[in-house]
Amino acid sequence: MKVTLTVNGSDRSGDVEPRVLLVDFLRTNLRLTGTHVGCDTSSCGACTVLIEGEPVKSCTVLAVQATGRSITTVEGLAQGANLSPIQIGFHEEHGLQCGFCTPGMMLVGTSLLERNPNPTEDEIRWAISGNICRCTGYMNIVKAIKHAAMLREAATATTREKAGAAPGGQ
Amino acid sequence: MFPAAFDYRAPTSLDETLSVLKQHGEAAKVMAGGQSLIPLLKLRFSRPELVVDIARLPGLNTIRRDDGHLAIGALVRHVDIAGSKELAKTAPMMVEAANWIADPLVRNRGTLVGSVCHADPAGDWGSVMLALSAEIVARSAASERVLHSSDFFKGPFETALKAEEVATEVRIPVRKGPSGGAYLKLERRVGDFATVAVAVQVELDGDKVASCGIGLTAVGPHNIKATEAERSLDGKEPTDQVIAEAARLAAEAAEPKDDLRGSAAYKKDVVRVFVQRGLKTAIARAKEVKA
Repeated sequence: MKVTLTVNGSDRSGDVEPRVLLVDFLRTNLRLTGTHVGCDTSSCGACTVLIEGEPVKSCTVLAVQATGRSITTVEGLAQGANLSPIQIGFHEEHGLQCGFCTPGMMLVGTSLLERNPNPTEDEIRWAISGNICRCTGYMNIVKAIKHAAMLREAATATTREKAGAAPGGQ
Repeated sequence: MFPAAFDYRAPTSLDETLSVLKQHGEAAKVMAGGQSLIPLLKLRFSRPELVVDIARLPGLNTIRRDDGHLAIGALVRHVDIAGSKELAKTAPMMVEAANWIADPLVRNRGTLVGSVCHADPAGDWGSVMLALSAEIVARSAASERVLHSSDFFKGPFETALKAEEVATEVRIPVRKGPSGGAYLKLERRVGDFATVAVAVQVELDGDKVASCGIGLTAVGPHNIKATEAERSLDGKEPTDQVIAEAARLAAEAAEPKDDLRGSAAYKKDVVRVFVQRGLKTAIARAKEVKA
């Protein structure tokens, strides 16, 4: 069955059986192996991708269900050589140990900051509650997402200044 | 892990969906968000020949106010319910329950109606539907039926829905008098199924209980409506003693089993405590509405 979707801004397609999971389509057909398979039972969130900006577990989505949709994987976070704020946050705050849950955590963090640019610690913890870090490194993951929020805020302020708007003005 | 092979159809109209279901009957399985069905397919507990994906049907992703009820379409997701201003006003217990479903990622895809039709005895929405006296609209090529939630749940993963039918919406009656609800859930961690959960809805008439709904999760072969407990409150002033008696009757209605989440005796007692707390919370909330 033909699957056509947008992945990280590019049109991609493939011919797959209906039973093929989105995570396998991304990893095997498109060779995007940044999306991980953890529990494979919808429990751990290692396979998190964004569909239309919303985090979902790609081990529990069929590739055919994603036809026509826009997908973001961890490979889509950086703009060329420039890391995204969330990636810098995880780097600066050491938001990873083994790194296995990291792509999912970064995508959940990215989606959270799009909706809520200045989340409280509690809101961050709720947002990542469907993603398990088996190293239990949650403290630094929370700090990393906070750090990213700060970087985004700073970048927005700079853009405003460059545009000639009064700093801090509405 | 991947499912056994199946054919896949994603119809773009309800008529097409119904004709596909009529043609394939028991061999077909309807899928909305897939958050319950796909795990079952992967574990091969379910092996349909055909999966009918209704996610592309128009007009089913709305929450609309109709004559005396709220109609929630088959594609309304848990996350939509959690953020619905209309439901926060008319059925706030649903907003509370939505935030207890699975985890945030599953809530972004899973649907209320899909979950109700999946009929997991440990599912949260079944109890909420029972407490709210909700109805389920079942469409087939030949007819439309409106099923009361108390006639809907037949056993573990079994409902009154026929193979050629698709549930297009649930209807939540809009209360006339001051009312309040509460959903209480005990879970070991985020994303786990309930050890026990309880849905309570109370409508007041002055200082007395006009009507009451109590649904129980994970303590029987399907979600249970605690009818005796509900009736014990009818027309009464909800004193501590009356509430304690209703809670005792609700615990009697529960039929839990010993498992890794706790013993049957423990779960029965959690039902009693949760119904007691739930009734007090629901009544307090109903009084706030009135005030």
